[in-house]
Amino acid sequence: MSEALKFHYVVDGQDFTSAGHASVMVKKNLRQLGLPPEKIRQVSIAMYEGEINMVIHAGGGVADVSVTEDYVEIVLTDKGPGIKDIEQAMQEGFSTATDNIRSLGFGAGMGLPNMKRYSDFMEINSVVGEGTTITMRVNIN
Amino acid sequence: MTVRDLLTSEKFSAISLPDESREIRNVYIGDLLSWVMGRAKADDAWITIMSNVNILAVASLADTSCIILAEGVTVDETIKATAMDKEINILTTNMNIYETAIYLNGLL
Ligand SMILES: Nc1ncnc2c1ncn2[C@@H]1O[C@H](COP(=O)(O)OP(=O)(O)O)[C@@H](O)[C@H]1O
Ligand SMILES: [Mg+2]
Repeated sequence: MSEALKFHYVVDGQDFTSAGHASVMVKKNLRQLGLPPEKIRQVSIAMYEGEINMVIHAGGGVADVSVTEDYVEIVLTDKGPGIKDIEQAMQEGFSTATDNIRSLGFGAGMGLPNMKRYSDFMEINSVVGEGTTITMRVNIN
Repeated sequence: MTVRDLLTSEKFSAISLPDESREIRNVYIGDLLSWVMGRAKADDAWITIMSNVNILAVASLADTSCIILAEGVTVDETIKATAMDKEINILTTNMNIYETAIYLNGLL
């Protein structure tokens, strides 16, 4: 596996019922590649939270996943409203989700903290009014 | 204990059972999906009263051995079909969450 394996997904911002689909597909692919279950879990959790955030906060986006010998990289890009105060958004429990979204079980304000916790590297680039790009890596070796 | 073992008791019934030999090693309780996602462990039985379709992705990604819907909660036919397709075990029980947890504790 010298060249990176790449997967690309479009995350639909209108459809709550398929939210998480890209993460489930990635999990399947990583299983087939024979990655250790704990690593797959880390990638799955980190990516799911990011994917859900694109659905509930940004009206959808795209996910690019690459797998190299050393790490799995997840890049999530959206053209949503952006994050005004990243430090505040990173705090456990902070959420701008509406009651409607909360009634579905989302909006606990644990997404970004989970992404940080389950990845070995995470970088957020966000411009208010333009969108957000989040890069995460989970080391394999 | 496996998911099948739980079903030998009349307290639980199966909503979807694609993988009844899954081992249950522990239990996690919660309705907030991010909490479950971040804290449930692989092979936990997950007790919840949430019944919307998003519980399937969470169970799949967190790799729980089954979802147990307490308080007699059930899901609609489409969720049932998706659960079969995604190989997610779902059981339901009329016990409340506390009673379900105590019951499982006695079996683990
Ligand atoms: N992709 C995004 N675009 C815009 N805002 C976001 C995005 N991701 C997160 N946020 C903001 O950061 C907050 C915290 O996110 P998170 O920790 O996942 O909690 P939750 O999704 O439960 O609200 C969100 O409520 C939202 O205001
Ligand atoms: Mg979130």
